[in-house]
Amino acid sequence: MAALKKEYHINKNDFIRAGEASIGVKNVLKSLDVDPSIIRRVAICGYEGEMNVVMHGGTGKLNIEINSTNIVLDISDNGPGMANTELAMERGYSTATDEYREMGFGAGMGLPNMEKNSDEFKIDSAVGKGTRIRMVFSLTHSKE
Amino acid sequence: MTVEELSKILGLDIVAGRNGLNRQVENGYCGDLLSDVMGNAPSGCIWLTIQSHQNIVAVAMLREMAAIVIAGGFGPDKETKEKADQEGIPLLAWSDSAYDLAGKIYNLGVGGEKNNKG
Repeated sequence: MAALKKEYHINKNDFIRAGEASIGVKNVLKSLDVDPSIIRRVAICGYEGEMNVVMHGGTGKLNIEINSTNIVLDISDNGPGMANTELAMERGYSTATDEYREMGFGAGMGLPNMEKNSDEFKIDSAVGKGTRIRMVFSLTHSKE
Repeated sequence: MTVEELSKILGLDIVAGRNGLNRQVENGYCGDLLSDVMGNAPSGCIWLTIQSHQNIVAVAMLREMAAIVIAGGFGPDKETKEKADQEGIPLLAWSDSAYDLAGKIYNLGVGGEKNNKG
């Protein structure tokens, strides 16, 4: 199939629309008849990435590209960035505010969940330069 | 069993999302940490939580849940109700604990994910 690309915008603290980009991605994948187990993994990664931008990231965007062999989910923001991405990847580590923790976020599970559910995971972040996460999901050699 | 049938049997208050009451309840999940629910809740489940903010509707949509029950007497926010109505995700309320309700649902034959697979 020809590559299909879509871009969704995400805004910091825009809790009203949080999740809409991931729901949009999920609907696109469903319309393309992608395997439900892959849709599930993309939805998990999209949601976690989207919530990270809403909670920490300033303005961001979620890009998805689908071709005949894989799905590429690219989430980037112009937020504060991270000094130590290794620490951020540790399960249980979080810098979420108390308010977000009370809402059921900030358990330090987001980034590990994204790594676990994608076939390829790459995070680039630097203080003052924002964060970019690129995840690839194979349509031919899936993890599950 | 549909969400409507289950709500009637257990006396759950239907607070929003009536368009989705014919959804089938296939299993259940309890959780208040959204990353855990997002990562582990089975599709077609009835989700018991004390979270009442509108993002629970997005989680329910992404996981293709049958319904959300806000347990423990926590009422849903106005925005949560509006979102659930808009998306047709049944939003139910239960005044006692999630533990109590989970037991009742389990006794009706709605098992957890492992149970259904077995």
